[in-house]
Amino acid sequence: MFPPRDDLLRLAPELVLCFSGMVLMLIEPFLVRGRREVLVTLATIGAAVALLATYYPATRPGSAFSGLLQVDGFSVFVHVIVGLVALLVVLGSADYLERENIQQGEYYALVLFATAGMGVMSSAAELMTAFVGLEMSSISTYILAGFRRDSLRSNESAMKYFLLGSFATAFFLYGIALVYGATGTTELTHMTLIALPQAGALMRIGLALIFVGLAFKVAAAPFQLWTPDVYEGAPTPVTALMSAGPKAAAFALLLRILAGAPAAASFWFWALWVSAVLTMVVGNLAAIVQTNVKRMLAYSSIAHAGYILVALAAAAAAEQMALGIAAVLYYLAVYSLMKLGAFMMISQLGGDGERHLEMDDFYGLASRQPVAAACFSLFLLSLLGLPVTAGFVGKFYIFDSALAAHLIWLAVLLGINSVIGSFYYLRVIVVMYMREPHQNWTPARMRLPVTLVLLVTAAGTLYLGLFPGPVLGLAARAAQSLAPR
Amino acid sequence: MQPSYLLTVLIFLPLAGVAALLVLGSDDRVWIRLVALVTAVAEFLLSLLLVRGFSLSSTAYQFQEFRAWIPAPPIHYHLGVDGISLFLVLLTTFLTPVAMLASWKSDGNRTQGFYIALLVLETGMVGVFFSLDLFLFFLFWEAMLLPMYFLIGVWGHGRRIYAALKFILYTMAGSILMFVAMVWLYELTGTFDVPRIQELLTTGQVTLSYPTELLLFGAFFLAFAIKVPLFPLHTWLPDAHTEAPTAGSILLAGVMLKMGTYGMVRFCVPLFPEAAHRAAPYVAVLAIIGILYGALVAMVQTDLKRLVAYSSVAHLGFVVLGIFAFSQTALQGALYQMINHGISTGALFVLVGALYDRRHTYEIREYGGLATPMPVFAALFLFVSLSSAGLPMLNGFVGEFLILLGTFERHTTWAVWATAGIIFSAVYLLWAYQRVFFGAVTQERNRALPDADRRERVMLFGLAAVILWMGIGSSVFTRRTEASARNVLELMHRPQAYNAGATSALPVDSANDDSIKTDSIHGDSIKDAPPALLRATPAPRANSSSPLSETGVR
Repeated sequence: MFPPRDDLLRLAPELVLCFSGMVLMLIEPFLVRGRREVLVTLATIGAAVALLATYYPATRPGSAFSGLLQVDGFSVFVHVIVGLVALLVVLGSADYLERENIQQGEYYALVLFATAGMGVMSSAAELMTAFVGLEMSSISTYILAGFRRDSLRSNESAMKYFLLGSFATAFFLYGIALVYGATGTTELTHMTLIALPQAGALMRIGLALIFVGLAFKVAAAPFQLWTPDVYEGAPTPVTALMSAGPKAAAFALLLRILAGAPAAASFWFWALWVSAVLTMVVGNLAAIVQTNVKRMLAYSSIAHAGYILVALAAAAAAEQMALGIAAVLYYLAVYSLMKLGAFMMISQLGGDGERHLEMDDFYGLASRQPVAAACFSLFLLSLLGLPVTAGFVGKFYIFDSALAAHLIWLAVLLGINSVIGSFYYLRVIVVMYMREPHQNWTPARMRLPVTLVLLVTAAGTLYLGLFPGPVLGLAARAAQSLAPR
Repeated sequence: MQPSYLLTVLIFLPLAGVAALLVLGSDDRVWIRLVALVTAVAEFLLSLLLVRGFSLSSTAYQFQEFRAWIPAPPIHYHLGVDGISLFLVLLTTFLTPVAMLASWKSDGNRTQGFYIALLVLETGMVGVFFSLDLFLFFLFWEAMLLPMYFLIGVWGHGRRIYAALKFILYTMAGSILMFVAMVWLYELTGTFDVPRIQELLTTGQVTLSYPTELLLFGAFFLAFAIKVPLFPLHTWLPDAHTEAPTAGSILLAGVMLKMGTYGMVRFCVPLFPEAAHRAAPYVAVLAIIGILYGALVAMVQTDLKRLVAYSSVAHLGFVVLGIFAFSQTALQGALYQMINHGISTGALFVLVGALYDRRHTYEIREYGGLATPMPVFAALFLFVSLSSAGLPMLNGFVGEFLILLGTFERHTTWAVWATAGIIFSAVYLLWAYQRVFFGAVTQERNRALPDADRRERVMLFGLAAVILWMGIGSSVFTRRTEASARNVLELMHRPQAYNAGATSALPVDSANDDSIKTDSIHGDSIKDAPPALLRATPAPRANSSSPLSETGVR
């Protein structure tokens, strides 16, 4: 039996991604060593077509494959984020892989497969489907993290990520089993009928385990311990991917469960609250003492997961869930752009074998490479949340959603954390602009694809900071489609 | 009135200058300086148009611009100017070219970046004073920090990085809580528009419970108090001033400190009157401590620039005292003193910077007897010092006198303590002057110091002329601030229903309401204009002999 045409079109982005991934793997053996740019071109085309293919799900909202997938404004919004991330990562990786001598088709294929998994996660209307998506994206990223085979750190990163990640997915799966036991269904729409008081211990434990599994994926405290090592060890473009894509998808899944099963919202609220505070504090405080810029950015990713969790807690607490969801979506878009930009920047500045990522290496960067320093500062300031950049508007919506849900103290804690956070971002700027350079190495030449990636991320960071209206409107509509109440 | 784009032009003209500088490239230092200076001077001349078109009698915001910016939550590009912000804007546009001239020779080796930072800073400062939307206000408020951070950190002296980080972290810590309060206020009122919020609160359509009001007031006040800086929060200021380059000090002391007091007048007092009243005694004590402590610490400084920095703590203490005396006279004095301090302290920093250009030190003991080699310079220095110490006929006197008079009428003790500060200020300024300029030349190398050159004379005589003019022609200024100052006090009224239990603490008595024009708003409506402009509906008051009643002396 062949699935109906509409269902296939609703899955178009994932189909395109998987197809291009397979094509890449198939043609790679037939390429001579000098012709590797074909791989990059093909992967770029694949990612771009997948991004364009979101047109089909966007114009055909509804459920597909007998209720396994729910295609709506929300899933389309997340699709665009992860699709854009994939496209930018593919473009930005080319130089890096060439430099590290690991230019292989599998790399691009894995990026595309991982993205397909993230797409499935964001539109899954049923927990088993969500699990398949989660595994697709996780397993691909495990391999990608260890892609620099000669580097011990990369190996450690992959191993750690794989072991801990497997545990987390096991938790997630066990949670699904328990929830199924309690409700007799894995479909989120059907779970709406069961409210918490009747649900009993089984449902509670199940939901708690699901939360643990997903909290691991988004690097929320106290399940964040893997993050710094894995992020630091993985090849930098992969770190860029990990910090943006899977996080967005996991947050999307959390939101869908939150909105789909009301039991989850009331049950998770305090978990989200505590986890948000812990995550912010742990991420920011640990980031302050880092001397390696890449590791510092890894901790800053943790802190930002905390900021997003604040909006999630707001969504769980509020009468109107939509505001919190919109804040999460907008921040995910903003965060993906600026974090991707920052990691791409250091993948370029790090030089061969990522040897130049200590704070010392950034001394006086502004006098050696003014444009790169200005660009990097822009991303850092956006991560800090200074006005005119996207990070500020993103944080503003989180504040707004938290205060609308009367979470005043959570908002105050978020404010205090942003100030703590500003210290380490500013320190990098201090080093770049206010210290004299004391090292003499020429960083890699900026090639066209990387320049393009940085241009897109920098322009996006400014655009979303100055004119947030249109994208925020889309985020609000996406949130409405998920939580029409 | 025709819709005018003057305010937008004033905000973005410096950015146009920045664009021109970027096009120029970084080698052409003479051209960079010229383009920057021409931009700043053009900005100043344009800002004079504000005075010409300014209507004296109206308490409404003038030259308003209102455009939708972000649809949801509703954030508008809403600009306007009134008697409170008018002269602060002029001060900004006046001091920016002065700051540029003052650092003509000492802009280091990154000339382009230096002037870009100055121009971006000007955009931020002008934007803060024009913004009538809380979100927009905060945007400029924070955006302004960054150029100042770079000015201190890149072009500063010895411990510049420490000072820059301390400056920005202190300010951010305060302002982020203010931002939370702004968003909370939005959740309570449904708008970010300042006049609209004011109207909702004044007419009682939205009432804040006392704890809420106190928290909101606290968050706003903390941000502004750090900026001012009020006594226990002042520790960033001496460091920032000492390490900043001359231009940075001029703008930091001249304009940025005023943003704290401006914020108090614009937001803290009229939006949260109840809390402001309860807090006033404590604030006044802190302000008086600041006045005395700042003066005493300034007295014992061995570093000339640090001395001027501590004198700012003392002077701004007067301003805060004047605001929290809740009297028309004192408030107008406070507004006047803000401008005075900008001019006088700005001029002092120019002078100190000129000494530094010659000898590369701020230590007082390195100088001595400078009046012999530099007579003109010494005379100007004396003139400015006397203005800062509050000599009658010069600007400082008018402001301090009005503040003390207004305060004395309501709170005699406060005024008595604060007056002591004036004596101290004469002591530290004149003593420092004596050590630097009088007597025989103590160091041989000082004998050959050049007197003020043409560039310095242009700046300093200009500043001196303003000082003198503000000292004798003060009505030019006070006539324009009068309506707005009275409006601030009127806005503190709340309808009877509001806070029925706490009427005794209500601010201003309406005994002198007959002098208030209630129909003073005309024709400022703009296409899809903001909801009605600020006007107090004088509240019917039962108890007109409330203990805090204002006697209304003008």
